Amino acid sequence: MRNIDVSEITAAVREMCIEVNHKLSPDMVGKLTDAREREESPLGRQILGQLIENMDIAREEMIPICQDTGMAVIFLEVGQDVHFTGGDIEDAVNQGVREGYTEGYLRKSVVRDPIDRVNTGDNTPAVIHYSIVHGEGVKITLAPKGFGSENMSRLFMLKPAQGIEGVKEAVIAAVADAGPNACPPMVVGVGVGGTFEKCALLAKKALTRNVNERSKIPYVAELEKELLEKINCLGLGPGGLGGRMTALNVAVETYPTHIAGLPVAVNICCHVNRHISREI
Amino acid sequence: MDRHISLPLSDADALSLKAGDYVYLTGELYTARDAAHKRMYDALNEGKELPVDIKGQVVYYLGPTPARPGHVIGSAGPTTSSRMDKYAPRLLDLGLKGMVGKGKRTQEVIDAVVRNGAVYFAAVGGAGALLSKCIKKAEVVAYDDLGTEAIRRLQVENLPVIVVIDSAGTNLYATAADKWRK
Repeated sequence: MRNIDVSEITAAVREMCIEVNHKLSPDMVGKLTDAREREESPLGRQILGQLIENMDIAREEMIPICQDTGMAVIFLEVGQDVHFTGGDIEDAVNQGVREGYTEGYLRKSVVRDPIDRVNTGDNTPAVIHYSIVHGEGVKITLAPKGFGSENMSRLFMLKPAQGIEGVKEAVIAAVADAGPNACPPMVVGVGVGGTFEKCALLAKKALTRNVNERSKIPYVAELEKELLEKINCLGLGPGGLGGRMTALNVAVETYPTHIAGLPVAVNICCHVNRHISREI
Repeated sequence: MDRHISLPLSDADALSLKAGDYVYLTGELYTARDAAHKRMYDALNEGKELPVDIKGQVVYYLGPTPARPGHVIGSAGPTTSSRMDKYAPRLLDLGLKGMVGKGKRTQEVIDAVVRNGAVYFAAVGGAGALLSKCIKKAEVVAYDDLGTEAIRRLQVENLPVIVVIDSAGTNLYATAADKWRK
């Protein structure tokens, strides 16, 4: 068994909040650079050029990449031989978010109640997904989620008879409907299978995958490639103002499901697809 | 066509802008997003005055990140305009001349743009660091308690935007994809 003081978690979350909002991961930078090369629309190329310049300014001058610095979504994979000391783990994570968003001059975008809508003033609480894994380490993945694209995400409870064609239609419909609202070029996370909530979580998790990686399941990898190609035939383009580069990547995660169901969740993210992981 | 336009937006300039024009805006505009719009709308419903005179003005749908010391403002890109669709026609009918945001608008908003000879511009979503460089001055002028959602008066210089809906009702989003669809 290993003891981990929760103050270590707080410090890590704090640093990750600041880093991830100013510096896109190398895989995302590569995709955007590549998209500018491949875009055929002149206006689309100009917009992609602005997005690349924006990333440089953000990193060099410590101005957040986007003003929507998101709601902090955190995946916490905790080794089953870990014993947390020094306080409550949930409080420790939220303290890290509080410190990161306050000291990092990030936007406070969280309201305490969905109806009365009073801002909590420190971007807490985070949305935390825990999983218990083998070993005595802790892996923290932080993916702050902006809501321009979150609002365009969709969940479909398909019939098994609709099969893989139904999945494709659902994803394309969600992306086409999102259009310019979701700040294309987008990254599309798709969950297929499980239950209502499980497939939404799969879609969210898919967004944290390295955008250069394909699924290890051969038919799923093919599906990802086909969906990306189809999405990039929609013509929406950067900013939704016309062009080829509507999506930078499609990542699909699957899970066993019920004999009666085929849930499909489409979690859309803009080109500011922020994700960062750290192991403790 | 590339255009350089001064703010506040004159009636003549508003009428001359066409969907697809690439425009650099220079001058003063106001920020307001969800909470400020709701408050303005409630104020109007209660027969009260708006906290700023919106006649002839342009509103930028923006909630910036806090400014670092020595900076005018933090990251400052557009938010999704459709959430303001409920409120926009009323403000346009009261003289609001332009809106800067991103994303689709309802037919009611398009009709109000036409009726009032106004313009809807899009700025590039997710380019908040770049766009912040065009903001030379920022001050909160109303609803300070709303934090990032307060109404701010901004002095901008060459803020790059694209005309999406013009005063004739032409909507660039409706046709932009056609040319590139396969």
